[in-house]
Amino acid sequence: MQSFTYERAASAEQAAAAVAAQPDAKFISGGTNLLDLMKLEIERPAHLVDISRLPLDRIEETAAGGLRVGAQVRNSDLAADPRVRSRYPMLTQALLAGASGQIRNKASTSGNLLQRTRCPYFYDRNMPCNKREQGSGCAALQGFNRTHAVLGASEACIAVHPSDMAVAMAGLDARIETISPGGETRTIPIGDLHRLPEATPHVETVLGHGEMIAAVTLPPPPPGRQVYRKVRDRASYAFALVSVAAIVEKSGDRIRSARIAMGGVAARPWRATEAERTLAGAVASDGAFTDAAEAALAGAVGHGGNDFKIPLAKRTMRHTLAAAVESA
Amino acid sequence: MTETKTSGNRSRETRIGVIGRPIDRIDGPLKVRGDATYAYETTLEGTAFGYILGAAVAKGRIAEIDTGEAERAPAVLLVMTHRNAPAQPDFGPAVTPTVPEVFTRARPALNSERVRYYDEPVALVVAETFEAARAAAGLIKVRYDEEPGLYDLPAHVADAYAPKRTNAGFETDSVIGDFESAFAAAPVKVDATYRTPFEHHNPMEPHATLAAWSGNELTIHTSAQTLANFRAGVASTLRIPPERVRIVSPFIGGGFGSKLIAHADTILAALAAQVLQRPVKIALTRQQMFANAGHRAEMIQQVRLSTDTDGRLTGIAHDVWSATSSFEEYCEQTAVFARSLYAAPNRVTRHRLIPLDINRGEWMRSPGEAPGMLAFECAMDELAERLGLDPIELRIRNEPVQDPERGVPFSTRNLVACMEEGARRFGWERRNPTPGRAREGRKLIGYGMAAAIRPNYIGAATARVAIDRDGRVTARLDMTDIGTGSYTILTQIAAESLGLPISSIKVELGDSRFPRTAGSGGSWGAASAGSALHNACNALKQRILEAAASSEASPLRGAGATDASFADGEVRLGQRSTSLADLIRRIAPDGFEAEGSVAAGAATQSYKAYSQHSYGAHFAEVAVDCDTGEIRMRRMLAVMGAGRILNAKTARSQIIGGMTWGIGAALMEQTVLDPRYGHFVNHDLAEYHVPTNGDVPEMEVVFLEEHDDKANPLGAKGLGELGVCGAGAAVANAIYNATGVRVREFPITLDKLLPALPVIAI
Repeated sequence: MQSFTYERAASAEQAAAAVAAQPDAKFISGGTNLLDLMKLEIERPAHLVDISRLPLDRIEETAAGGLRVGAQVRNSDLAADPRVRSRYPMLTQALLAGASGQIRNKASTSGNLLQRTRCPYFYDRNMPCNKREQGSGCAALQGFNRTHAVLGASEACIAVHPSDMAVAMAGLDARIETISPGGETRTIPIGDLHRLPEATPHVETVLGHGEMIAAVTLPPPPPGRQVYRKVRDRASYAFALVSVAAIVEKSGDRIRSARIAMGGVAARPWRATEAERTLAGAVASDGAFTDAAEAALAGAVGHGGNDFKIPLAKRTMRHTLAAAVESA
Repeated sequence: MTETKTSGNRSRETRIGVIGRPIDRIDGPLKVRGDATYAYETTLEGTAFGYILGAAVAKGRIAEIDTGEAERAPAVLLVMTHRNAPAQPDFGPAVTPTVPEVFTRARPALNSERVRYYDEPVALVVAETFEAARAAAGLIKVRYDEEPGLYDLPAHVADAYAPKRTNAGFETDSVIGDFESAFAAAPVKVDATYRTPFEHHNPMEPHATLAAWSGNELTIHTSAQTLANFRAGVASTLRIPPERVRIVSPFIGGGFGSKLIAHADTILAALAAQVLQRPVKIALTRQQMFANAGHRAEMIQQVRLSTDTDGRLTGIAHDVWSATSSFEEYCEQTAVFARSLYAAPNRVTRHRLIPLDINRGEWMRSPGEAPGMLAFECAMDELAERLGLDPIELRIRNEPVQDPERGVPFSTRNLVACMEEGARRFGWERRNPTPGRAREGRKLIGYGMAAAIRPNYIGAATARVAIDRDGRVTARLDMTDIGTGSYTILTQIAAESLGLPISSIKVELGDSRFPRTAGSGGSWGAASAGSALHNACNALKQRILEAAASSEASPLRGAGATDASFADGEVRLGQRSTSLADLIRRIAPDGFEAEGSVAAGAATQSYKAYSQHSYGAHFAEVAVDCDTGEIRMRRMLAVMGAGRILNAKTARSQIIGGMTWGIGAALMEQTVLDPRYGHFVNHDLAEYHVPTNGDVPEMEVVFLEEHDDKANPLGAKGLGELGVCGAGAAVANAIYNATGVRVREFPITLDKLLPALPVIAI
């Protein structure tokens, strides 16, 4: 870890300006990912702006009937909020499926969205990694890639985004509110926050330098049952091999609408719009779920070690949809 | 949440004294309060902090190393590389002439420009703070001449060689009868090849050392299982007499075999402290432990079994191909247990090694049995199915009357009783012998079992015990407590022997100034150190009695009797008795001291005349998700016959720890060696999975009443590692019973199960 300077931000605007003022400055909140990366010198910020104590730790009702989640709301608090538990149960399920109790107590909402991949080659500075060192190559492509992406990857990078929370938020059409150094704000649909790797895997989001997430807004809960299903190698404290967030609205025997997002398969939470289209209006049946799963993974490409994720994602989606319908 | 039960020795508690009682750990409150000081927490005035920089390549040489910027960095005191490190002996040959030298040989660090394995230390930075040292290490620039290396075990099996011996000095091969002919002629047979991966110990406390010189005396505070090995290894490496090295290791946060020898943290701390004339503290990072603190090697195992039509084994063959290091051999004794487990007239066990350009494998919990039984006890399950026999019945039919290869009787062997008691308690009769038939909702349910065997070792040990004028007893020995309960059982042994309450006994461990023992390892600790202490207490009692009978101040003088006892704080001689404390005060104001010893087991007549092992039976129930293939444990049971149990609570803790290791080996533990770069890819605890609390089910442990009078004076046998032996195979066999899918490549992760799991209608 290299030495750095530190300041505690007094306001959101000042935080954004403080980071914008230095090219090597970063925001820090819970630090559950950034500190690890700094110890390994994968992140080497010269200056840290601590935003953890900004008054962005509230969960408020919106006029539209949704919730506005402050960027500094801790994962544990978000998961435990009675409004979240009753209206967005999928989000609580996803949060509680992630990390450990200790990490959830520390990790912030915005930090969870912006956490970096767990690709083991990214974490070893002696290994080629285009995300860590542009142009050095991708060691995972021909290497140990059991946990890597099957959708939206590129020759430059096959890393996945590790968040569970973000997958549920993608299924819920969350919107990200940001504040920029000049004080201007904008709102980004969660599906647009993370970039696919293409040739520039080191650029992970659409946020500008110094642009800070202030809140995540959840629209009113959509009709239908919400289910989050995470598949992992052990019962706790493991990243998703695949996960599926599904909301299925039924009308009689038929599915009126479905919202589906997948985790563990791509560099961002992956909204399965083809599967949603397949299901809309279909009779709720094993066949329809299977077709939807096939549609969701139609463009999937394995890289050897992660080939199993394609059938696994299909099977997981099929039974998650069935579970959402069953309990609807 | 995990619910656990213990049953077993309650009747015994009332019959005997304090030995066996499930008393709480003596050191528990210290640890809970944070008052147990571990190596890295030890503070000495003027301590400097070291940070190791590891090699970025797995094989080659350092062409250029630029330490200038690091040396100029704030608070840096020393940057040590092969260019300026104090002279040390060469590493020497890959195989030491004798087995003990493995533990005592010099293990130089930073003494060559050669890089032998990935992350081998290439530099040490010492600074006023840990942070300054670590930051400066990041400023060192190294250019390597990289060389191609070998990192792929399966690709090089054809190049395997036969070592001269296995770990612990066993014969590399054993051959009895004519296996090949028996196998060819047999009506029923199994020929199955299993793979087990690299695994890492990952004790909670990393390898850490604080080294300090005083004149030419070196004191090393470290985390060590065997102090004598550390002392000898450090002395050899620094080329100083062992008497000038003191090792202090009172508390150890787990070792599992990874702390039997000194590693780079110890050697480099000693060297840097010498150069700087200041205490130096170094810990390996978690990531560094994967390359620098030992591992269990990757293996390929072929198990061939043949029987007659009644399921009586006619042949057993267990062939092992294991990775080893190109510069130091380690041959895990993976097939050795198979020499004692089941009867068969024709038998072969063989160990072969494939050298890779990696660091040396080391002793990892239950060396031999852990990987070996994982394969062998699955093959037995496969054989039982082929025969249409219950797996327990198959094992009963092949129960030997004496050690099948040594031809000597067993000291005690309760394998059949363990299996039968286990079957009764587990509800084994509810197991559906046809796999893939038991379903609960969308979970496939399976039962599995496996046998457990682990040799009883005993190492040479001496203990010193003293009683003062107030009747307080202090026992001292260089034994260690690696979290197993050594402090507690040794306290119990002394208390029972001397007839004193637990509160009168103080046991001091973990200092090489105390009498030498074999330390903790190989499950020999309790029996070795315990027997030495038992003998020391007997010697002390003898001294007390002699003085009591002759001293003028003794109220027992002239009792004229030979029958004596020590109980409830009193000494009785014939018809007369007196308080022990009072007696000592009267006859020996300075107290008494005595020593006791045991010889290494291999040297004893009893060891030669009897086959000595602990036994057990493991049972497991698993649930497999039919959609995702996720495997989760439902419950486990172990029934153990392991001699006299010294403390029912710490013994149970040992066994459930071992069973948890079995879950890990069966389901998740694997370090991936990248065949392109020669590095362990998943080298942290996020990606190297060990079981979490959520993975550990209800566990029941039962100890059968046993007293092995051939093993040692206590009647106890090695226990610590028995819990691992066969536990993973029971899990694997349960997975097969649940799914009908036999995965022979460990760990059994869902991706290996999924292709064979049918899609079940919703």
